[in-house]
Amino acid sequence: MSDENIPSFDALEVGAVVAEREVAFTRDTLVRYAGASGDFNPIHYNDVMAESVGLPGVIAHGMLTMGAAASVVEEWAGPGNVADFQTRFTRPIPVPNPGAATVVVTAKVGALDEELRTARIDVVVDFDGVKVLGKAQAIVPCA
Amino acid sequence: MPVNPEAVGRQYGPSEVYEVTRVKIREFADAVDARSFAHRDVAAARAEGYDDLVAPSTFAVIIAQRAEFHVVVDPEVGVDFTKVVHADERFTHHRPIVAGDEITTTIHIDKITQRAGISMVTTRAELADAEGDPVTTVLSTLAVREDA
Repeated sequence: MSDENIPSFDALEVGAVVAEREVAFTRDTLVRYAGASGDFNPIHYNDVMAESVGLPGVIAHGMLTMGAAASVVEEWAGPGNVADFQTRFTRPIPVPNPGAATVVVTAKVGALDEELRTARIDVVVDFDGVKVLGKAQAIVPCA
Repeated sequence: MPVNPEAVGRQYGPSEVYEVTRVKIREFADAVDARSFAHRDVAAARAEGYDDLVAPSTFAVIIAQRAEFHVVVDPEVGVDFTKVVHADERFTHHRPIVAGDEITTTIHIDKITQRAGISMVTTRAELADAEGDPVTTVLSTLAVREDA
């Protein structure tokens, strides 16, 4: 990654929102992610299977939510410039058929490391007023 | 059968080589809405300083989950996959993954904790390239509901 395309450390302020995006999950999105990732757990495409394990219906892959959140950070950080990304999965996202489950991804500067010149980016994924990820944090090297 | 806490420390692999392809990077980038052309166009990736298409930051899950499968199917660990929920995930990249990489993965069971009818199983996948140099470390925790 060339330096001119990554965020400038000195321009960052703790608390500042660096990226925000609305993401709509549909059954189509889930099938596409299943194929791309190789995660074919039927609770992500089959309502009967999902209900049989106590879910309200088909839910999005946690890793799809995490992947979509990472994409929002990576678009700001520069491709390949997210050094570390972690999250807990706290709430499932039921995906209706037909229709869409729409989430809002917000990425903020959580902390700055002067010595390493890295930013900790805290990510919130909001679904109907509820946070579906916990402690979602990315480490982004800066110029 | 409940999860066996004595399975901590087990390791599996190294796995067979996973070849990272341009096609898979493009497909995964579309699936997670990663919009940079560096995931799709070789010239754009080179302009960013990479030798080939660069993978989105959670791409390593494809490789890690294949390796984690060894843990889930090991009868001596005792995970009932119908009772599993994904609890957490972490990617630490030692360098970005690019098309052409040949990745070998070793998986370790780092931690098993049990409380209130739930077993938490934490695995660590160490992804290395053809030279044996570290590429990505993937930590993943599964929550397994135990029968009462």
